[in-house]
Amino acid sequence: MDLLKLTALELSAAIKRGDATCFDAVNCVFNSIQKHKNLNAFITCDREYALKRAKEVQEQIDNGVYLSPLAGVPISVKDNISTKDFTTTCASRMLENYKPCYDATVVRRLNEAGLIIIGKTNMDEFAMGSTGETSCFGSVKNPFCENKVAGGSSSGSAVSVATGQAFLSLGSDTGGSVRQPAAHCGVFGFKPTYGAVSRYGLIAYASSLDQIGVFSKTAEDSATLLDIICGKDELDSTTIPNKLSYNPLREDIKYRKIAIPNKCIIGVQPEVRNAVISFADNLKSLGATVDFTELDIFDYGVATYYIIASAQASSNLSRYDGVRFGRRAKDYSTLSDMYLKTRSEGFGYEVKKRIMLGNFVLCEGYYDAYYKKALEVKTLIDNKFDEIFLNYDYIITPTSPTTAPTINGEKSLTLDTYIDDLFTVPVNLSGLPALSMPFGNDSEGMPIGIQIIGPKCHDNDVLSLAYALRNMEANR
Amino acid sequence: MKFETVIGLEIHVELATKSKIFCSCTTEFDGTPNSHCCPICTGMPGVLPVLNKSVVEYAVKTGIALGCEIQKYNRFDRKNYFYPDLPKAYQISQLYLPFARNGCVEISVDGCNKKNIRIHEIHMEEDAGKLIHSETGDATYIDYNRCGVPLIEIVTEPDFRSSEEVIAFLAKIKSMFEYMDVSDCKMQEGSMRVDVNLSVREFGDKELGTRTEMKNLNSFKGIERAINSESQRQINLISSGERVIQETRRWDDTKGRSSSMRTKENANDYRYFPEPDIPPLMIDNNTLIRLTGSLPEFAEEKAERFTKKYFLSKADSLIIASSKHLAQLFEQTVIICRNPKEERYWLLGQVMYLLKEKAMTPDEITLTPQKFAEFVNICSSERINRQAGKTVFENMFFADDSFDIENFITENSLEQVDDANAIRNAVLRVLAENPNTVEQFKSGQTKVFGFFVGQVMKVLKGKAKPDSVNKIIKEELNKL
Repeated sequence: MDLLKLTALELSAAIKRGDATCFDAVNCVFNSIQKHKNLNAFITCDREYALKRAKEVQEQIDNGVYLSPLAGVPISVKDNISTKDFTTTCASRMLENYKPCYDATVVRRLNEAGLIIIGKTNMDEFAMGSTGETSCFGSVKNPFCENKVAGGSSSGSAVSVATGQAFLSLGSDTGGSVRQPAAHCGVFGFKPTYGAVSRYGLIAYASSLDQIGVFSKTAEDSATLLDIICGKDELDSTTIPNKLSYNPLREDIKYRKIAIPNKCIIGVQPEVRNAVISFADNLKSLGATVDFTELDIFDYGVATYYIIASAQASSNLSRYDGVRFGRRAKDYSTLSDMYLKTRSEGFGYEVKKRIMLGNFVLCEGYYDAYYKKALEVKTLIDNKFDEIFLNYDYIITPTSPTTAPTINGEKSLTLDTYIDDLFTVPVNLSGLPALSMPFGNDSEGMPIGIQIIGPKCHDNDVLSLAYALRNMEANR
Repeated sequence: MKFETVIGLEIHVELATKSKIFCSCTTEFDGTPNSHCCPICTGMPGVLPVLNKSVVEYAVKTGIALGCEIQKYNRFDRKNYFYPDLPKAYQISQLYLPFARNGCVEISVDGCNKKNIRIHEIHMEEDAGKLIHSETGDATYIDYNRCGVPLIEIVTEPDFRSSEEVIAFLAKIKSMFEYMDVSDCKMQEGSMRVDVNLSVREFGDKELGTRTEMKNLNSFKGIERAINSESQRQINLISSGERVIQETRRWDDTKGRSSSMRTKENANDYRYFPEPDIPPLMIDNNTLIRLTGSLPEFAEEKAERFTKKYFLSKADSLIIASSKHLAQLFEQTVIICRNPKEERYWLLGQVMYLLKEKAMTPDEITLTPQKFAEFVNICSSERINRQAGKTVFENMFFADDSFDIENFITENSLEQVDDANAIRNAVLRVLAENPNTVEQFKSGQTKVFGFFVGQVMKVLKGKAKPDSVNKIIKEELNKL
């Protein structure tokens, strides 16, 4: 039996039945890891550790202990989520050798549920980027074409699931960092409602926008994983009090009302536009109503996002000062000197750029014009979504205006590329649940992703829509 | 030119909750460095602050006690700056929406004239760690035990006009906070820290002069000295035609002067913005009502009650009531011994004296009300005189609770002698031995009476009942 052909749920069921063992599962992903080393999806992976975990989990299963519907499933975790058993580097020289003294809440929940963490995935440094090129450990490559980016910032997570190096992966999404690489790599990527999943242990980028998200091959796999990791956490005051239910997924979408903004199919790659139209046709064939509308939720999203995210990042990254942990510069004469050298050496270009931008929009004299205003616009965008969701159940857009671009070092670092986040960032500004599901490929075979957005706490509805379309195919 | 000094205060008070403001580490003072820490209060990657509800309750109580309008909706903000004692490189504080505003505290310097000091605002914030410089000067160590201890910062309006007013205010809030059990306000331990903002202006001038900020004030006396010194310094500058520079100055109490720390140009831009990890606070009416109802009887009220109930003088009542621990000892003891007058003698006499002698504070008193009451009753029954009483008291005060008063009296033969014959014999002996002094007395120098008393006491080893001694000496002198 080729385990890699199974979904995560199927794998766990096979293990419970005795048709496969946890060791088989671990070994098969490590074979993939070996095979796809060139894609640079992992920063750390540890076969010994994984096999030890496999033994623990297998014993419990053999003793009849029920852990969860995903017990025994190998999972990879983005390297900005704290794990006691692995270094957690955020793909930065600043934390190159940093090993946390505690597990993130989601990691604890994964372990208790019997999932097997096999390694930490590569990413854009401190989650800042949408191509996977800002990692200090080198770029992550797209499995469909090694010249192209895998997307970001959860690049390695997306690639690992796409290539069987893991059955599931945890990533983080601040402006699209789960959905966009999912789209570029042809897998499912889901970002929950803000506050549904604990951020305790997620190394902060933008506190009001960050959420831990999941990668999988199917909607059901994501839903089951989310049921395991979601829920109020005493250690995170921003978690919502009521635990959301991700299962069961429903596939009846008759009478569901869907809005597709016209603006999101103008000026995008032609094959992406066609995919959206084809998706719409599929929705109609299942009984849903689809309106192409003049919604304008995108206009101020990117500017608002970058002001808020950079500002919060500039503050969240100040703790990396060489005093207590992480990198400290070798030669320094004064305290200031130590701070300057440590942070200059430790941070990459994109991170420095955003820290500077963030400091600027928060400084006296500019705070009102930039940060305060951005918070006000955020509220307006929120209100706009509330209005739309009075009349519609979902908003659909392409996840990204284009399929994966070419790996291009410097060109990727200009501000122009920020506009590619157009469709994903408004979702984070309003804390809405959203996913990207694979839907067709372009003429070069690069995957296209469609984004489904729902109202706050309607995570189950969003996954259900994707579930309903699971057997549909894109027309060319 | 006549000048007036204008002072405003910024006071940081450590709240005595069991745990820190954003994590469950203990706030206990001291302890091995970095033993009262966790990933949250040391700002490790990925951690989040969780607000300790007790801190809010303690803080709101102080706001109510200081007559403030409690802001029902209030919020935390981040104050960003780099320093090794600040692990996150930002302090979670409240800038835009503090929890209390527009308060008022009535003070009196002389006990009669009252004055109102307005409170501008009070806000909550977290404390930073402590830097310890090595003796050789080549390294600095950081202890994060204090990091995350809850603080409130009280900002007054510039309503003070003298160091006396400042001290009266500080003594009053210290007393109130002790009574509320929200803080012990010990400057020497850092649980109350005071920064003084001071400027001078000509009498009658409406505009405020340029002010300086003074730090490193470690005692009430130090504050007094610093205020007087800075006021004079500014007056001297202006009088000689120079200008006062707006700056922060560090007070050196041993040298008795201040020096410049930093000027306005070097001031930090803290890039304040709302703290995204902590949802805004809503303080509801029920909480306000409950906390208002839970306020204890403060010093003035208590003093009035003591005056009425125990017939103490107003001045005595105020002294006893100013300290929660003294007041408690007084009241708990008087309930048992029922002799406020005798008790008052020992409390205001011996206790205050011994506290000062040993540089102790009232909260360090170990004497129990039961033992104190027992002692008071023995004294009032005249079994020992006041002098013997002092000996007993000094030993009893520092001993533990197993100290046996009766035993001590017996073992040291301290019982008062009231045997008329023994006294008369001693008196006759003293008068016989000092014929010249008797002559002096007879010729009108009544002051020498005290000499006779002293000599008789000496003979009787200090144990005679003073009234009897006086009576018998008078009798015998009259016979001569």
